Amino acid sequence: MNTKAKNILRCCCLAAGVGFIGLGLYRGEAGEVLDKAVRICLECIGIG
Amino acid sequence: MSENEKKHSRLRLVIQLASAALLNGYAAGFTGKKIFTGGSKAVCVPVLNCYSCPGALGSCPIGALQAVAGGRRHSVSFYVLGSLMLFGTLLGRLLCGFICPFGLVQDLLYKIPVKKLTVPKKLDKPLRWLKHLILLLFVLLLPVLAVNKYGVGEPWFCKYICPAGTLQGGVPHLLFNEQLRRLAGVLFSVKMGILIGVAAASVFISRFFCRYLCPLGAFYSLFNRFALYQLSVDKQKCTHCGKCDKVCPMALEVKDNINCGECIRCGKCKAACPEKAIS
Repeated sequence: MNTKAKNILRCCCLAAGVGFIGLGLYRGEAGEVLDKAVRICLECIGIG
Repeated sequence: MSENEKKHSRLRLVIQLASAALLNGYAAGFTGKKIFTGGSKAVCVPVLNCYSCPGALGSCPIGALQAVAGGRRHSVSFYVLGSLMLFGTLLGRLLCGFICPFGLVQDLLYKIPVKKLTVPKKLDKPLRWLKHLILLLFVLLLPVLAVNKYGVGEPWFCKYICPAGTLQGGVPHLLFNEQLRRLAGVLFSVKMGILIGVAAASVFISRFFCRYLCPLGAFYSLFNRFALYQLSVDKQKCTHCGKCDKVCPMALEVKDNINCGECIRCGKCKAACPEKAIS
């Protein structure tokens, strides 16, 4: 992959990443993540 | 091992230990049968680190992806995907090589002095695709498609596979919490079996989980080729001595494909190269 193609991909992915984070925050997804993360995830620890 | 390799190995170990301590720095969690409930848990850490670990200060991105996808409101988490895209574009799998606590566990297990195994290429190549399949099925699709009557899906990877969750979350919680211990059943036994299997395999095959099973590694591998952090081989200096291939924990043909998706950017090849051809 040449340098120009890499730079284009990097810019696109960085822009998309920032955009996705913004969209996710707008949709309230950070709150959903927090809601899950502050409780002991019984599935994760093998209780089910 | 040359002096350069020893120095690099020590530095990497220090970074890995510091990272594991920082990511799981809530010491009170290990004494109080509780987990951290502060606002930083809304932020995804860039590596596989169970948010049910008593010390975890942030969210596991793989767990968070499944949690949002399995909820009733959204089937995909742009917030988590966007975070992972940023991490991947900037650093690629450098995160696997230097920051991931489960990577550290595997590295320490591999130090146990027993005869090591080489996975035959005929088996190794197709097995590397397994982690991509796990990412697609268990992380992205099943939490959305396999829902109960209330429209809620399970975190399939966390529930049925993730050995990091068993080690970081399951073991400490069940050790310190009698009520949870009483609830442990077949699922916990299966997950412990997976953890023991992965740990045992890691003694003989370096970075076994990273090579074949890690869905986050699979995701980041998509970015290695164009991530901001890149490695390069100076073909003029390279004498084809093969030292880079010998030390590579991911069993790669380093000089031929240094920015491939499987490289965890641990830097062992760079430290081992006698001609300093890798930068």
